[in-house]
Amino acid sequence: MSILKPDFIKPVAIGAVIFAALAFLPSFADSYYMSLAISVVSFAVLATAWSMFSGPTRYISLATVVFFGIGAYTVAVLGEIMAFPLVLVCAGLAGTVVALLVGFSTLRLAGVYFVIFTFGLTELVRQVVSWYEVNVTREMGRYVFLDITQNDIYWQLLALFAVLLLTGFVLGRSRLGFALRIIGEDETVAKHCGIDVTRVKVALFVLSALFMTLTGAIIAPRWTYIDPVIAFNPMLSFQVVIMALLGGPRRLLGPLLGVIPLTLLFEVLTASFPNHFSILLGCVFMVIVYLLPGGVVGLYEKYRAPKKRTLSSSPETTRKSEEKTA
Amino acid sequence: MEISAKLRFATIAAATTALMSSATLFGANAQETYRIGYAVSKTGPGAPGAATSTIPNYEMWVKEVNDAGGLKVGDKQLPIEVVEYDDRSSSEEAVRAVERLINQDKVDFILSPWGTGINLAVAPILDRAGYAHLAGTAVTDKAPQLAKRWKNSYWLLGTGEQYAVEMAEFLKGLKDAGKINDKVAMIAVADGFGIELSKAGRAALEDRDFDLVYDKTYPLGSQDLATIVNDIKSLGADTFVAFSYPPGTLGLTEQSRVLGFNPKVFYAGVGTAFPLYKDRFGADAEGVVSLGGASENDPKIADYIKRHIAFAGREPDRWASIVNWASLQSLHQAIERAGSTDREAVNAELAKGGFDTILGTYKPGDQNFWQVGQWQDGKFVGVAPTSMEGAHELVFPKPAWKAAN
Amino acid sequence: MLSYAIFSGITLGGMYALVAMGLTLQYGVSRIMNLAYGELVIVASFIAFVFMTSFGINPILGLLIIIPLSFVLNWAIYRILLTPLVARAKNRGMLEVDSILATFGLLFIVQGVLLVWFGGNYYSYDFMNNAVDVFGAVIAANRLVALGFAVVIGLGFYLILTRTRIGTALRAVAVDPTSARLVAIDVNFASCFAFALGGAVAAVGGVLVSMFLTFSTSMGVVFTMKALIVVIMGGVGNLLGALVAGLILGVAESLVATYIDPGLTIAVTYVIFLLVLLVKPSGLFGRATS
Repeated sequence: MSILKPDFIKPVAIGAVIFAALAFLPSFADSYYMSLAISVVSFAVLATAWSMFSGPTRYISLATVVFFGIGAYTVAVLGEIMAFPLVLVCAGLAGTVVALLVGFSTLRLAGVYFVIFTFGLTELVRQVVSWYEVNVTREMGRYVFLDITQNDIYWQLLALFAVLLLTGFVLGRSRLGFALRIIGEDETVAKHCGIDVTRVKVALFVLSALFMTLTGAIIAPRWTYIDPVIAFNPMLSFQVVIMALLGGPRRLLGPLLGVIPLTLLFEVLTASFPNHFSILLGCVFMVIVYLLPGGVVGLYEKYRAPKKRTLSSSPETTRKSEEKTA
Repeated sequence: MEISAKLRFATIAAATTALMSSATLFGANAQETYRIGYAVSKTGPGAPGAATSTIPNYEMWVKEVNDAGGLKVGDKQLPIEVVEYDDRSSSEEAVRAVERLINQDKVDFILSPWGTGINLAVAPILDRAGYAHLAGTAVTDKAPQLAKRWKNSYWLLGTGEQYAVEMAEFLKGLKDAGKINDKVAMIAVADGFGIELSKAGRAALEDRDFDLVYDKTYPLGSQDLATIVNDIKSLGADTFVAFSYPPGTLGLTEQSRVLGFNPKVFYAGVGTAFPLYKDRFGADAEGVVSLGGASENDPKIADYIKRHIAFAGREPDRWASIVNWASLQSLHQAIERAGSTDREAVNAELAKGGFDTILGTYKPGDQNFWQVGQWQDGKFVGVAPTSMEGAHELVFPKPAWKAAN
Repeated sequence: MLSYAIFSGITLGGMYALVAMGLTLQYGVSRIMNLAYGELVIVASFIAFVFMTSFGINPILGLLIIIPLSFVLNWAIYRILLTPLVARAKNRGMLEVDSILATFGLLFIVQGVLLVWFGGNYYSYDFMNNAVDVFGAVIAANRLVALGFAVVIGLGFYLILTRTRIGTALRAVAVDPTSARLVAIDVNFASCFAFALGGAVAAVGGVLVSMFLTFSTSMGVVFTMKALIVVIMGGVGNLLGALVAGLILGVAESLVATYIDPGLTIAVTYVIFLLVLLVKPSGLFGRATS
């Protein structure tokens, strides 16, 4: 790894400056804009973490909310017993364990079967948590009274996002990242190169899940009341997929390009058309699918370098490889 | 794809800037109206509940106030302008929507959202900003603590425990009179509401020497409860208690009817007091017991029901709707009494109580409404607390189902 | 008690199968992963409701209008919305992703329109709820009707697909659209036909289900999920598989409710589903690899 080379230092330095500047946002913005910022940053973490795994492997996972929910629920259970940083550690551990289990058991599934499996997993986890609460603790719906302000949540999320981007950046330059790119191009080739494909995928899945879990844990104190329906809301998984696909999951900053416009769009639609939100949202989706097949990154690449469009850089960001279904 | 990439890129860029700038457009305007805001679940799993108990009441109240010339504050009378949002049944959306109401729209007052979870999510924000919070659709055992924690919050439907205890007490009366045996079959929906009530119900029933012959839960969203009903049927319980949600309530009633399970006391959960229930089961609703109830002979309630039908095209439910309406009347009178839209003054008035509402003289948080009600002759009337004025005699035993068999 | 559990499980499973069979046609043959499927089911439920309560038309008779109507509607959806995606897709995976995104948009549009028309309330009506005694188990007549439809549609389509020319063509398209073209099958027409047919079956499901379930505008997604599970479990594109998978889930739910804990009914369906996926990813009756 080439840590001290300028092509490493420069982007990291720029990133550090941007994040440092963003940390001062609470001094300018009122609490509404802060809540909007939390929404943007939390989706940015989720979509980037999602893409970290799904970008190179092209597995579309709908399990985002499983991990997000585990994080949120850990806070609900432990929030008033332990110091918050300790709760975060516990949440991270819980997320990692579940991700390992899921990773090893499911990554041999391919294509749509993986999609449906991850969706089913969400429902299963929700049902099991509900059942456990009902029959063992007899406590459904937990109250979280923590003195964590909106700004604290924002800073935590921002820090998490910074760590995530740095991880992604380092990963992209590491041997693991190289292995991933090969897997993404062609799994058979990767196997022939001596890459332990399953292990690499599971490692990535766990890493991505860890960030999702922490996001859930950080944001949960905002809700005061948490039950399995609130924690494991499947809509979240869909939103993350859509945002990441719109942005372009094959680039580190790609998902961000989907998160920002879509979060703002959702916000404006909710604010301006409370009674027709669904219809408009649906229309926006259609427009995206028909006019932006390659996501924003694809568009950018097409626009920036139409001549450089060779085989390998064609913006098939939303594509799942054929060999997966085959 | 003939549209050039450049054009498309420009469109996206333009759209994004337009979005960002329009987001800042919602500033305050000159005071020609009083702004009242609310964020409720217009879509998502909470939508049916909100559409039954919350939204029609809010809309009807605003219309009635505006038709009468507006909200009278001091000697100024201005119409109400509504700022409404859809929280999509998500706590996170609700939090942001309420932040928007407070900081962007700068509304004068905020009406409560629908549901326990969402009311709890927005409570700290409303408290911090000094808005009164009249939570009309939250049932929580923490209600007393919450009211203390956020001093301008009122948890109007009270605790799950109170409904369960009142029901158990009522059943005890029947048992002591030798009308029912000591066997009770109880099921509950696996959700905060169902679990709170069944937990309290279990304790209350066992304290009163009842024998719980069946005590299970069913998952939220499940409507196929025929196997449960079939199991319970053979257990010889005179009393059936279901702390269910509307789809389950209707499913249970339907399947009991089909299976000819007709216990002497048939208590079903949320949804029984909905007009839907009567529409669906007609004469078979007769004798079914649930939480809530209305003094339909009270001219104020009768008039409210009539206006609700005229406005919304259907009857109000006989539980949360009534309490919600009383809370709107209280807020209205508190504003008028305070003579200003100063929130602190209004909050002080709310805390004093003494409002003239469809629940009689009312102070937000009073539990002076029916805890147990029953369908009698197409009306959902209050039967307990029996000490309350206008309590109806229970129709006992529940008449046989008519439609099936 | 056992016989009752099994029998009520079968009627429950029949309902699952009924709701899922349209999706297996749409996904299996036309290759459209239709996330708006449940909304199409709900639309039919609402139409049945309006027929029943406003015009007094019995829902079963209403099917005579609703089936052709939804066939045409789904035909139009495929022709207008999905054909461009099919045309531009370079491979199956790409079409899958595009169709997921597009139908996700469609889901919101349909739901939004229903919301504007009907509001968020619960709906329910009373039809054919009389009890019928079948081998000692008392079942509501409307559930038996739904079960009957499920069996007839499942077996009927199975026979059509395996025994007739058009059925063979549809299966050919399902297996390999490119090669199907080589043997002079109009792939576009066949896909469109299968999609419309699937939509019509969905509508039948919606009408029948509305006779005994309480529904609301936001419930479509529940049907989509149930249908997806049954479809994947039974093997994509296999109607008989959907029937069997639906029945297995229904009976399992019913047995668990009777003998273990009704609180686990939904959990058990997911456990079974996930186990089937892990052991046989292509479903109970799926081809080994596609």
